[in-house]
Amino acid sequence: MRKLKNIFFVLIFSVIVLNSSNSAEKSPPFLETKWTFKGLFGKFDRASLQRGYQVYTEVCASCHSMKYLTYRNLAEKGGPEFSEAEAKAIAASFEVTDGPDSTGEMFVRPAKLSDKFVMPYANEQEAKAANGGAYPPDMSVLVKARKGGADYIYSLLLGYSEPPEGVELDDGVYYNKYMYGNKIKMPAPLSDDLIEYTDGTKSTAEQMSKDVTNFLMWSAEPHLEQRHKTGFRVIAYLIILTVLVYFTMKKIWSRVEPKV
Amino acid sequence: MSDHEYTPSSKFGKWFNDRLPLLTLANHLTDYPTPKNLNYWWTFGGILTFCLITQIVTGLVLAMHYIAHADMAFSSVEHIMRDVNYGWLLRYVHANGASMFFLAVYIHIFRSLFYGSYKSPREIIWILGIIIYLLMMAAAFMGYVLPWGQMSFWGATVITNLFSAIPLVGESITTWLWGGYSVDNPTLTRFFTLHYLIPFLILGLVVLHIWALHVPGNNNPVGIDIKKPSKDTVPFHPYIVIKDAFALLMFCIVFALFVFYQPNILGHADNYIEADPLVTPAHIVPEWYLLPFYAILRSVPDKLMGVVAMLSAILILAALPWLDTSKVRSAVFRPLFRQFYWILVADVLILGYVGAMPAEGLYLLIARVATAYYFAHFLIILPVLGWKEKTTPLPLSITEPVLGGSPNLAAARSDEKIEKTIK
Repeated sequence: MRKLKNIFFVLIFSVIVLNSSNSAEKSPPFLETKWTFKGLFGKFDRASLQRGYQVYTEVCASCHSMKYLTYRNLAEKGGPEFSEAEAKAIAASFEVTDGPDSTGEMFVRPAKLSDKFVMPYANEQEAKAANGGAYPPDMSVLVKARKGGADYIYSLLLGYSEPPEGVELDDGVYYNKYMYGNKIKMPAPLSDDLIEYTDGTKSTAEQMSKDVTNFLMWSAEPHLEQRHKTGFRVIAYLIILTVLVYFTMKKIWSRVEPKV
Repeated sequence: MSDHEYTPSSKFGKWFNDRLPLLTLANHLTDYPTPKNLNYWWTFGGILTFCLITQIVTGLVLAMHYIAHADMAFSSVEHIMRDVNYGWLLRYVHANGASMFFLAVYIHIFRSLFYGSYKSPREIIWILGIIIYLLMMAAAFMGYVLPWGQMSFWGATVITNLFSAIPLVGESITTWLWGGYSVDNPTLTRFFTLHYLIPFLILGLVVLHIWALHVPGNNNPVGIDIKKPSKDTVPFHPYIVIKDAFALLMFCIVFALFVFYQPNILGHADNYIEADPLVTPAHIVPEWYLLPFYAILRSVPDKLMGVVAMLSAILILAALPWLDTSKVRSAVFRPLFRQFYWILVADVLILGYVGAMPAEGLYLLIARVATAYYFAHFLIILPVLGWKEKTTPLPLSITEPVLGGSPNLAAARSDEKIEKTIK
């Protein structure tokens, strides 16, 4: 009987696990890299997030929006943690249309901390027209919107190569071994020394991919650090309470029978 | 309902209780004689109550920040995740809470199946439970639509389209459900309203479920009728309360692991893409807890018959008290039934697995065999088993095997078995 119960549990969990990994496309295993945000106490690498923002704003932002992010987020705890002055300066380097003013006119002003990230295109149609018909997805929650998450994004950024023999590509279509169907309309966005990191880190393609993926992970889960911290406390509390309740239960039931 | 008269000690208490017997109710709940041999599979009733309350409380707060509008639902969820104080916690508890709720309800149902808790005199408890389960599925499905992601939208499209299989009026019913000619804003707002309503219907049914339980009292692992109160029972408080609390805490640890460390593992990545009526996802799959029924639906080639099969798969459970012809409740004393029980468990898990797979080739074949077996279990195996099976002797009471007062050897042998099963 006990054995059957164990089998039952193993089956339940295997079903859950299998379901979560089902319909895995036949793509090569993701490139491996160490993420600091994983694990029980996982935290973001602050410097990497700041570099990641630089990659985003200098490379990705020309096509990809991040419409759920606000400039103040850049200075918030658990994120890249730019100083408030730095975040203000970043915001001020963008222009937003505001209004109407007292005369009924719209006007352009520098962005403030309370403004959302400025979008590269006015609307979806403009974005498509500028990108050969493909819509560059908003990147705010992109990591959570793709199976494989951060590993997938990281691998995709480094997964460009010449198409294998026999694969014909149309103009403006590129080969990427991690992309669903292997065809992607985004040209390889990162190459060595594409940008110059302000902190002097050498900007290899791997480094930039890792930094920007870190940044995207944070933008998808801005409260990840708080979640891990709270989670550890909650579970520690529950375990202690469970042990106490267990002994209380033993004591109470000992009045009826020695074994519960 | 109460086994003895209760008189409050204070004068005011007596005055109040004569007019509204709340104190009698409280006394009944405290003293409620419970079989003392209940194992941990019996703790899931309390766990489910906890799940329901958690969903209602977190849902209430989420509804304060959520906007049920096709253009704003997705971004309002992101607003909750980013800017609402502990919004991420509320949403992750609510989303994973649904999965935990179903995990608990499946254990609860399969416990009932194993120990024959659905049999006379507990048929009404069982049927109320089936109705609760149906409402849970409706609430979960509509809740999954609310974030207005790709899986929300396309899941809603697939499920509401099932109604179009009804002959003659199907198309009109679907249009009526949608409030338009496709899943759109009117669909979202009505789903939100119903998603808010259903938990309170469930709450009402849970009260009836517990009321109906308190008339005959709990079944128990041995499955025999017991005298109440007697040596075989313990008062609900503190014995069952503390045991339920312990089990609930263990459950909460698992719950917390999901919420804090894998909050999205039970969901689908596509639901973080905003709904787009022009782009169909590669695979449309429901949440894990609906997969076995999804597999049954897809295993039938005809759409209408598929829907009928899926609904029958649930409704057949309501007829279970009459399909199972065996007089013996607990599987402990039914050696053959026990084997078929575990085959059924495996069958349902297999259905869940193939439900997540594309409906083609080998998967489709497995789904068809498993579906056929599912129905055969209830319609053929159970009725026949009741006539043919030779059950092992039942003990006279719960305490009897423990005290070793059994006069015959056969009973003594089965006692060992009970011991092993219970412990």
